[in-house]
Amino acid sequence: MKKTMLRGAIAAAAMIVGAQGALAQDADSLTINGEIDIVTEAPAAAHLDGALRTVYSGWRFRSDETQAMEMDDFDNPGMLAVEDAMVAWNTAEGTEGKSCADCHGDAAESMTNVRAVYPRWNEEAGELRNLQMQIDACRTEQMGAEAWGLDKTPMLNMEALISSVGRGTIVNVAIDGPVADMWEQGRELYYTRTGQLELSCANCHEDNYGNYIRADHLSQGQINGFPTYRLKNAKLNGVQGRFRGCVRDTRAETYAVGSPEFMALELYVASRGNGLAVEGPSVRN
Amino acid sequence: MAENVTPRVRVPRSAAAGETITIKTLISHTMESGQRKDGDGNPIPRSIINRFTCDFNGQNVIDVTLEPAISTNPYFEFQSLVPEAGTFTFTWFDDDGSVYTDTKEIAIG
Repeated sequence: MKKTMLRGAIAAAAMIVGAQGALAQDADSLTINGEIDIVTEAPAAAHLDGALRTVYSGWRFRSDETQAMEMDDFDNPGMLAVEDAMVAWNTAEGTEGKSCADCHGDAAESMTNVRAVYPRWNEEAGELRNLQMQIDACRTEQMGAEAWGLDKTPMLNMEALISSVGRGTIVNVAIDGPVADMWEQGRELYYTRTGQLELSCANCHEDNYGNYIRADHLSQGQINGFPTYRLKNAKLNGVQGRFRGCVRDTRAETYAVGSPEFMALELYVASRGNGLAVEGPSVRN
Repeated sequence: MAENVTPRVRVPRSAAAGETITIKTLISHTMESGQRKDGDGNPIPRSIINRFTCDFNGQNVIDVTLEPAISTNPYFEFQSLVPEAGTFTFTWFDDDGSVYTDTKEIAIG
């Protein structure tokens, strides 16, 4: 009798979890071009203990039509940017007369494990760098070329190229050592309510992912798919530009792209996706 | 002048005789509508792809008139009957007079 009741209780608990699951994300699996398997669901990293049990890629929250666009490079408009970046990759620029390819060779071989570990600490410069900052540092220091600037089109294109060759690799951002303080600052920002609406990142992306925000499903706000081609503005979008959009929507004054606050936040949010696969350039609405 | 215009086409390498295949095409193009103004308030002249055609061994498969409301990087997906081995020829006509073409062979087997 007791055993039956217990079993009943477990079944009821499973139903509740199941119901939440149905609200949250679909059960589709993502394979790009029929060959690159993408991990869109993973056990949450240890530091998310008590916050999230499972992390999901934003792809799982999108409609079938939007999902399909990412499953084939021909249908993914972000891949046009990758093509543009391929030209830039092989173009010599700056006072040194060097191209990316002169040092790094074929991006498809040398860049596969890059996107997954950024943002990361740069020992020489003594600073935390995201991928865009690293690209610009390479341009100014190694090539003697002009910096592209954060979130500018050629920059996003190059970021898309470097992401695209790393698709399928597992995000593994370091959060200890020299970046521990910034990571802590990022976590604090994530849980701090801002703006007239008094919303923190967590209010939507942790407490309410899977629920509707107006006509749209909230995702967990994972950034493994960035840079992201958004159907709403028909172009590639950078992570920190997206942060700006989110903070603005809380009706707050936003931090600037490249500010120490957003660097810390990018590091923290990236680390929340540890275990998911690199997906960029992804397609979202 | 439109810049960085690159046509892309995907056609299966082979098909059974009489089979219906799916063709996907995309051309990167700004498709400037002519309705917008630049920072100084001057109209930006219209510059779009105004016609797209696909022929198979000289026989027309599809002939499309494009209008200014069509967005950047026009994408077409359509089906074609393949009665025999041959060549698909794709042609895009630009407002500025440029003509972009691409061809794809298809085998029977």
